[in-house]
Amino acid sequence: MKISMRVATVGLAGLCLTGLAAAQDITGAGATFPAPVYAKWASDYNKATGVKVNYQSVGSGAGIKQIDSKTVAFGASDMPLKDEDLAKKGQMQFPTVIGGVVPVVNIKGIAPGQLKLNGQVLGDIYLGKITKWTDPAIKALNPTLALPDAAIAPVRRADGSGTTFGFTNYLSKVNAEWKAKVGEGTAVNWPAGAGGKGNEGVAAFVNRLPNSIGYVEYAYVKQNKMTYALMQNSAGNFVTPDAAAFKAAAAGANWSKSFYQILTNQPGKDAWPITSATFIIMYKTQDKPAEAATALKFFDWAYKNGDKTADDLDYVPMPAVVKAQIEKAWGEIKDASGKPVAFRQVQ
Amino acid sequence: MSSTLPAHENPFELAARQAREMTPPPARPARGNAWADRLFGWAAKGAALVTLGLLAGILVALLIGAWPAIEKYGLGFLANSVWDPVAGEFGGLVMIYGTVATSLIALVIAVPVSFGIALFLTELSPAWLKRPLGTAIELLAAVPSIVYGMWGLLVFSPVLSTYVQQPLQTLFAGVPYLGALVSGPPVGIGILSAGIILAIMIIPFIAAVMRDVFDVTPPMLKESAYALGSTTWEVVSRVVLPYTKAGVIGGIMLGLGRALGETMAVTFVIGNFNQLDSASLFQAANSITSALANEFAEAASGLHQAALMYLGLVLFFITFVVLSLSKLLLARLRRNEGVRT
Repeated sequence: MKISMRVATVGLAGLCLTGLAAAQDITGAGATFPAPVYAKWASDYNKATGVKVNYQSVGSGAGIKQIDSKTVAFGASDMPLKDEDLAKKGQMQFPTVIGGVVPVVNIKGIAPGQLKLNGQVLGDIYLGKITKWTDPAIKALNPTLALPDAAIAPVRRADGSGTTFGFTNYLSKVNAEWKAKVGEGTAVNWPAGAGGKGNEGVAAFVNRLPNSIGYVEYAYVKQNKMTYALMQNSAGNFVTPDAAAFKAAAAGANWSKSFYQILTNQPGKDAWPITSATFIIMYKTQDKPAEAATALKFFDWAYKNGDKTADDLDYVPMPAVVKAQIEKAWGEIKDASGKPVAFRQVQ
Repeated sequence: MSSTLPAHENPFELAARQAREMTPPPARPARGNAWADRLFGWAAKGAALVTLGLLAGILVALLIGAWPAIEKYGLGFLANSVWDPVAGEFGGLVMIYGTVATSLIALVIAVPVSFGIALFLTELSPAWLKRPLGTAIELLAAVPSIVYGMWGLLVFSPVLSTYVQQPLQTLFAGVPYLGALVSGPPVGIGILSAGIILAIMIIPFIAAVMRDVFDVTPPMLKESAYALGSTTWEVVSRVVLPYTKAGVIGGIMLGLGRALGETMAVTFVIGNFNQLDSASLFQAANSITSALANEFAEAASGLHQAALMYLGLVLFFITFVVLSLSKLLLARLRRNEGVRT
């Protein structure tokens, strides 16, 4: 009798506790590209504070839809939304991490970093205009490299993705014909090439097809030791894709006015030309200020403690200056009565 | 259930049997639980109606989702081969062509092979081989489709490229029509490889159904035919096939339905290429299901999503037409039978 009473009490207490914890749980949804780092941040944050952040990597488009219908506390998108669209919906966005898109090739005898490309040539390959590795335009960039007299097999993403957005956005900036014929977007009307599903699909295609070229996230290049190409940036230098080059690109952008920054083709002599940030979208006026506060606390914690995690997973953390600007911008997120949502950790 | 049978029934009790034969059948005992029967009847009817309701619901949801695209493009959507999410112009011809072409290739390969398998299992196979072989074929049906996709991309397509596509291209180079059919990059990815993978996937379904229906052909009919001096082939083509054609066609339709709707395996090997610029079987293409799987998650709301919904509706329609055609075919076969006899 006594024991059962105790069990009941413990059970009741447990229920109350889970009830409390559930009130703190928040959910976000969206982009797949930053999903690994969000998941790791969330589990570390859970260990540190006991608060659970669920992140569903459903894709940027679906994430935007979910935040629009207010089913999640925050949405995530690999493609920044235009400021006027955000204003219309009463939302704001801020970047979390930076990644780079890297062209990879599979050519016999070519080691990582040997092949040099620029935006014009890359665009012409994906337009189907340059079809052979011995094309004079490629030879001009690589006069000493022995390239095979073989057809180029271009590979790209079949699914809509932020990676494709970064890639096509860059090509639109540097290749006029690309801009006119194809344009930029998470999915475009590709004039040539086969499509693989996801970064892993493109990587598998490139590894499988001799004389192919593809583009994948930097993390894939590093983890799978793929043969990357050097890209010529806007300063005319050929740069190696690495964290320093992505950081240089992020430093070149002017974040002070708007977070709508697309980091492709940024100035800076060491900047990697196909760099992109990934974004979080939240409502400015919150029906559920407690949820918003939890979300902001989480990102505040991640900016302060999550850089190493991001590095380990081959993402590039935001520069400190930009983080300060983001936290300032969070002041715009208010509850229904117009009071800013408190997010700073009391320490 | 057994209450309608008299409890004392015993075939050896002659007197009782005679008594029963003389008297009219005993009145049904009064049922205290008629409402239970009625409840069961409603539940069964409800379950059947839910299926219909679901079907209608899916159709309506697809229609509503696709409406912006239907309104904008009408039936022209089916004939337009441009799929340009950036410019916001959508046409479904590439995907519809890809779906139909890959399924047709799959059927062309799978039907004869399945027929051979079923024939061997029921008529020719030694008894000890029947069971393991039959089980192996059923196991093929249990392999997840993504495994077929990965196998197709990593193992099968290099083989296809080296040993089939490249020799065919050198053989048919310059030959009109045939040369065009095998043009394009011989990388082992495209309509042909998707069709072959689909064929491998639907063979177990068709073969299993064919074997089962061949098995139910009454031995008496077969034995009689053999007794009249028929060869095995004559028995199969004149006795077994006519007797089982409804089942055989049903099996083929089951396979075709699977081929039309298959997503993951196709997406791996078809190349997901939204241009229709050559008749080549080696050309990368796209199918309805593959386009849906790839683009839906990132499709911005509005026309892009509506166009994808429209594609889904078209697939629904194709499947519906295929099913109706098979029913029509069966009905016609039955009518011809009536005329002949």
